[in-house]
Amino acid sequence: MPRTLVDKLWDQHAILTREDGETLIWIDRHFVHEGSHHAFAKLKSRGARVARPDLTFGVADHYVPTRGRAGPIPDEGVRRMVEQLTENTGLHGVHLFGLDDPRQGIVHVVGPEQGLTLPGLTVVCGDSHTSTHGAFGALAFGIGASEVAHVLTTQTLWQRKPKRMRISVEGPLTPGVGAKDIALTWIARLGADGAQGHAIEYAGSAVRALSMEGRLTLCNLSIEGGGRCGMVAPDETTLAYLRGRPYAPAGEAFERAAGDWLALAGDADAAFDREVSFRGDEIAPTVTWGTNPGDALPIDAAVPDPERIADPGRAAHARDALAYMDLRPGQPLTGIRIDRVFIGSCTNARIEDLRAAAAVLAGRTARVPGLVSPGSSLVKRQAEEEGLDRIFVEAGLDWVESGCSMCVGMNGDLLKPGERSASTTNRNFKGRQGPGSRTHLMSPAMAAAAAVAGHLADARPMLAGRL
Amino acid sequence: MEPLRRLDRAVACPLPLANVDTDQIIPARFMKQPRQAGYGGFLLHDLRFGPDGAALGLSLDDPARAGAGVLVARRNFGGGSSREAAVYALVDFGVRCVVAPSFGDIFASNAVNNGLLPAVVSEADAERLIAALEGGLDRLSVDLEACRIEGLPEPVSFSVDPVWRTKLLNGWDDLDLTLSHADAIRAWAEADAERRRWARPSSSC
Repeated sequence: MPRTLVDKLWDQHAILTREDGETLIWIDRHFVHEGSHHAFAKLKSRGARVARPDLTFGVADHYVPTRGRAGPIPDEGVRRMVEQLTENTGLHGVHLFGLDDPRQGIVHVVGPEQGLTLPGLTVVCGDSHTSTHGAFGALAFGIGASEVAHVLTTQTLWQRKPKRMRISVEGPLTPGVGAKDIALTWIARLGADGAQGHAIEYAGSAVRALSMEGRLTLCNLSIEGGGRCGMVAPDETTLAYLRGRPYAPAGEAFERAAGDWLALAGDADAAFDREVSFRGDEIAPTVTWGTNPGDALPIDAAVPDPERIADPGRAAHARDALAYMDLRPGQPLTGIRIDRVFIGSCTNARIEDLRAAAAVLAGRTARVPGLVSPGSSLVKRQAEEEGLDRIFVEAGLDWVESGCSMCVGMNGDLLKPGERSASTTNRNFKGRQGPGSRTHLMSPAMAAAAAVAGHLADARPMLAGRL
Repeated sequence: MEPLRRLDRAVACPLPLANVDTDQIIPARFMKQPRQAGYGGFLLHDLRFGPDGAALGLSLDDPARAGAGVLVARRNFGGGSSREAAVYALVDFGVRCVVAPSFGDIFASNAVNNGLLPAVVSEADAERLIAALEGGLDRLSVDLEACRIEGLPEPVSFSVDPVWRTKLLNGWDDLDLTLSHADAIRAWAEADAERRRWARPSSSC
């Protein structure tokens, strides 16, 4: 029977399947972070050890400060979180990319960058954006603390096979449109729960044409449409990215592996439970107006009017969202003034993202303050080698260290109550960037354009002649 | 884990909101605490309390709903972040069952791992239950063996993954079950190490 990519990944990791359909699957890579303290506490209470420290990697990202790293972390609670990770990984012999490591960064940036994430692997982490790693053709998904403890103890997980969904984008994207816009567009069409229970495979010529950075952004946002995971079949773009990465196979071993990886692509006649398709040229620069990532529209649209939404549940949601966001029905999106810009996160802080933001900001001044936090310390170094840091600083934005920062606000990088941000992150939930914060999600180029304009704005005119 | 068979005339609370994501169920700033501290006070914190700490009048804080064991919400309850702390907040508050038309995938499996039942009902039944609770009904019984919610004139059926139902009914923990397969896991891993030699991280680091 013809198989899709997810079928092949599933079959290669199934240890046993019970009569009730639950399958015990093998986990190839497990990433832990400061938030994994609950799971380590569970191990301690059972007197258990980490079964495979060689397949487990720690990354300090959720709580790390983005400034003043030379000294001790001033906030005691935050400091304790970072110290706990160092203690727990040390105790169990797990390698840690800690605060003092030149390779430190956000787990979903570090994994790929180090070649820890490979095609054909199962990758889990106690973080919903683990779907990011699927960009390599891996089965990668976020899990909760009980499951983290289960993987630490057994290197396995009980799972029910997800349904298969294919999202295809055919035909070229227009200039100034990228992976973030594809993601916000499909999530807006299907809803924030549109892909629940499904493993998403992204396909079509526009997806094939994306760089690894773009594919990582696209897969990262799978969870925002409710998907269990997202993936792209490995191809030459995947192989080119992986060659020479520190933890990836090298030399002949790489070429042998590459054969196995390319064979993971779904069979031509394999069936999906659900298919959705878009034309590349129907995707515009897209921003969110509401309180979940499905509340997204092209930048030239207006804030929706709840009175014109037929479905009562959706109308109620829109009313509530507009009240929280302090927006009026019919107001043009481009007129929405912002207080702050954040360029960062596991969604959009890779080198290509920073280049796109810098292309808009070069020679221009931001009208609002903002933070640029690279996805990893290595991305930071590369950006500095390319002179991007100077562009951000000259525009008036702060160039800081790498971490989850203002995407989740755990380290203290927060908006003030009522403040409105243009943000390259993944969640515009109420209070996500701090109590009372108002978040508009968009691509790095669009966030940079908003910084320059002081309000939401179309980046395309500002990119003219610069792409 | 404590088995869950039936919640008899539990205090039930309407939460007439869609897309209650896990950031709202427990805001990130509370997650530094060890679990022993108890997470119940953080449940839906910023929907319940303003910046000055004053109660905003959410249904959960209505004295008639004190000790709520069942919540009834709209679609996509628990989407977003994988934080199991969202489930800790519900469980520590005393909630044993959330009824909604759909749940975030990760939230639902976290719930089951902590003995909390994610009961899926139709949109129409969720609206009927919410309307009845807002109209003064304050108790519901949840029968997991029969997959039935009682309290309205007609019982409401709910669905739950049969595997999860068995786990909840018996209070089973995955870990004990998995450890009983230790030999099969070991044999599989040995064969796999030959089959997929590239799957181990390169040892050159």
